[in-house]
Amino acid sequence: MKTTFLATTAAAAALLASQAAAFEPESGETIKLMQADWTSMLVDTEILNIILSTYGYDVEKVIADDSARYPGFENGDLTIALETWQTTQDKAFNASVATGKVLDMGELGPQAREDWWYPAYMEEQCPGLPDWTALKDCAEAFSAPETAPKGRYLGAPVSWGGFDEERIEALDLPFEVVHAGTDAAMFAELKAAYERKAPIILWVYKPHWAPSVYEGSFVEFPAYEDACYSDPSWGVNPDMAYDCGKPQGWIKKMAWAEGEEIWPCAYEITRNFTMDADEVGQLVYEVDVEGRDVDEVAMEWATENESKWREWAACAAD
Amino acid sequence: MADTSPTSPAHQAGRTGAGRYAACAAAVAALFVLALLLPPALRDLPPAAVVPLADWTGDALNWFAREASIAGLPVSGITRAVASAAQWPIEALQVLLADGWAKGAGFNRVQIAPPLSWAGITMAAALLAWRISGRGLGLLTLGAGLYLALFGLWTSAMTTLASVLLCVIAALAIGLGIGIRAYRTPSVEPAVRAVLNVMQTVPIFSYLLPTLLLFGYGPSAALFATVVYALPPMVHATVLALRAVPAETLELAKMSGCSRHQTLWKVELPVAVPRLAIGLNQVVMMTLNMVIIASMIGAGGLGYDVLRALRRLDFGAGFEAGMGIVVLAVVLDRLTQTAARNRAQGRTGLWTRRDSLLALALLAVPTAASLAVPALAAWPKALTLTTAPFWNGAVSVINTHFYDALEAVRASVLIHVMNPLRDGLAALPWLAGVLALALAGWRLGGARLAGLLAGLSLFVVLTGYWQAAMGSVYLTLLAVLLALAVGMPFGIWAAGRPGLRHGIDLVLDTLQTLPTLVYLLPAVMLFRNGDFSALIAIASYAIAPAVRYAMAGMQHVPSERLEAAAMAGCSKWQSFVHVRLPAALPTLLLGVNQTVMMALSMLVIAALVGTRELGQDVFTALSRGETGPGIVAGLCVACIALSVDAILKSGASRAARHQGETHV
Repeated sequence: MKTTFLATTAAAAALLASQAAAFEPESGETIKLMQADWTSMLVDTEILNIILSTYGYDVEKVIADDSARYPGFENGDLTIALETWQTTQDKAFNASVATGKVLDMGELGPQAREDWWYPAYMEEQCPGLPDWTALKDCAEAFSAPETAPKGRYLGAPVSWGGFDEERIEALDLPFEVVHAGTDAAMFAELKAAYERKAPIILWVYKPHWAPSVYEGSFVEFPAYEDACYSDPSWGVNPDMAYDCGKPQGWIKKMAWAEGEEIWPCAYEITRNFTMDADEVGQLVYEVDVEGRDVDEVAMEWATENESKWREWAACAAD
Repeated sequence: MADTSPTSPAHQAGRTGAGRYAACAAAVAALFVLALLLPPALRDLPPAAVVPLADWTGDALNWFAREASIAGLPVSGITRAVASAAQWPIEALQVLLADGWAKGAGFNRVQIAPPLSWAGITMAAALLAWRISGRGLGLLTLGAGLYLALFGLWTSAMTTLASVLLCVIAALAIGLGIGIRAYRTPSVEPAVRAVLNVMQTVPIFSYLLPTLLLFGYGPSAALFATVVYALPPMVHATVLALRAVPAETLELAKMSGCSRHQTLWKVELPVAVPRLAIGLNQVVMMTLNMVIIASMIGAGGLGYDVLRALRRLDFGAGFEAGMGIVVLAVVLDRLTQTAARNRAQGRTGLWTRRDSLLALALLAVPTAASLAVPALAAWPKALTLTTAPFWNGAVSVINTHFYDALEAVRASVLIHVMNPLRDGLAALPWLAGVLALALAGWRLGGARLAGLLAGLSLFVVLTGYWQAAMGSVYLTLLAVLLALAVGMPFGIWAAGRPGLRHGIDLVLDTLQTLPTLVYLLPAVMLFRNGDFSALIAIASYAIAPAVRYAMAGMQHVPSERLEAAAMAGCSKWQSFVHVRLPAALPTLLLGVNQTVMMALSMLVIAALVGTRELGQDVFTALSRGETGPGIVAGLCVACIALSVDAILKSGASRAARHQGETHV
């Protein structure tokens, strides 16, 4: 037993020595990777963690809330985040970048979409869908006893925002918003309704496992423009803003500006870090539907794609 | 003898009581009408009149955590240093129990030494349980270890155990310290009691954010938050236990020439051990209760497993991980209880030096062997047991076959009971509410209580949370009524059947430590998002104290009274209604009090299924990172809790004056 132990220790020491000789990180300070609570970010952040740790950086993963992240990035409590969704964070992100304390590190790759979503079997009961005007006539098909004759729309947790109350008023939809308390509670209700083929219309976002497991579509609202949210005269309702769908768009990486001086190579690696939508969808599927461990799925990706991320890390290769 | 006579006094009290209640009700109705005639500002406080306490609190805390300094040292530097000092023992325990010793990270990670083997820890713990208690507890411990290992929960369970052990030790030490100080210096005691009451009733999510600001993310922040949460029962128990030490014992200590220090450590504390054990039990339960919330701020472990499983709607896996928390709670609780009981009964010498050696061998051999046999380090994944598909299937079957019936119940309760009550309370003008509370306080406990209640309710009004508070009152009221309606009769029934005691204790412990989320999400599948699911969740959590206190109250009715009733020729029913129930009333009222406290502490969790009340304000503030509103909304929850507490306590002491003492 003792010999095995000694052998492992020796091997470890040798490995550490060889690795240290290959690349010396610019600083021993801890890089703090932010992770919010949705799956794609958990997996890609763990992948970045594996890459940076492999090159000897001291890395720590920090759980932080989606919209509460900005002060942390501005004062250096957080260093790098791989996912900032334009759909909900557009304004806050741009404002934060404008302070000069936060860097826009480019797009991650996949496009984000979130909006009202219904399962495919609802098309029979509400034939005009996915066009949003159909909702005006078949609200009752979506109603619950306590909202009837109005339809029941299951919205996201209050803290996500999304302006659905305003949208309903501006587009004159006969619906009531019921907010789910959490992401999980929201999809639990979708699962329950889907099993029974029961009426439901709710907030869905992707990349997420639900739209790939359950068949359905997003409602097509008038396409979003900045003016829709800020200018009442824009759109079908001349007196109110929010008469359009939710914004869709990029998922960007962001970082604490001062960190550029401290870990230039780690920042370089982060800028090069990209994934495509299918890749992310597959990773999310492995974790959320197959029930596998995040760390295991991330390590598997890193093993299979080693040549790819070694390329991203050209600055650490010599 | 007069007060045990089954007829006259009770009836008299009933008559005058009814008269008083009618007068009060009339007064409230008059206030309500009056308030409707009042200007709108006295119905809904205009936004301009709201005191921006939330902003001030937020600014003050941000300043304190980011810029303040004490004697030239920045506060944040001090707190971060404390956090990393606290991190050290957590990490050491984690290396020992869960992770083993590894160097490097990412592709360069190398395992140098394995963690203690699951087989070793299980056998050593079972040996300990067997020696100090007997075969029953030994087998229970063995079963617990096997459950965690075979279901693939071992590593997470050990991560949780590492932080739970430290939390329990810290809460025990600090609680004892504060308790002893409060006992010795009676002038400090009221202040300590007031602070503890607030601590116990402010929802934990409220001070999670300040904790994060001060101590950073990670296990040590979770440790601090948990200790704050689990501390109050230990302090209360310590003060009570020391007070209950008989005066003769103290006299004896004095006569034999003990110093104050010696008296405390050699006489008072040992005599107080049985009552201290009650505090310890609560600390263990509350610490494990916090496991889920702690995992939200980076403590990892079983709580994180539950969260992850529920995110992918794998209820079965969530249930299994949740039962892992219950298993840890039950084993820890039974072990500490037995140790305390042995100590109190002077049973020593149960654990010998030979046992220590045997335990060490049990730990060392499988651990060393695990280098060669990986199954001893971690149970092979392929052989992991799971019942998850069964539970998931069960939820689906109920969902597809019984949904219509459940939906009918949900809809009618919602439309006929919940929504009208919610809307009625929401329409209540704040002035009427404040005056009604003050009036009730004056009737029950005089000017002091009236002042207290008016003050507490005005705090809620002036900070702008009156509407949200009414939402909390409505949900709590219904949940408490439901829990009492089910729990109290059941407890009274079970009190007469001592054979059921062990089983019932196990069920109640499970209800209190199984993370609510585990049954909250299946509830959402069957009852949708909204108040009804929240009601079910709150009531099923708050039912445990209702049952416990009902059992305790019934079991402690003085036997002389029962005999007297039997001699007076009372039927079983008469003796129950006129003797047992009144005698148990003070304890039952305490049970109501505890049920209310539990229900209030669940509000924040209920926010996870989309309620609209103070709990939601606290939760939203947490996820948006707004310190001020989180704390102030949390204080409003505390105001409700303190009001109910004050009302019920003075009600209980009136009842006690009529009927005898409180038995807990």
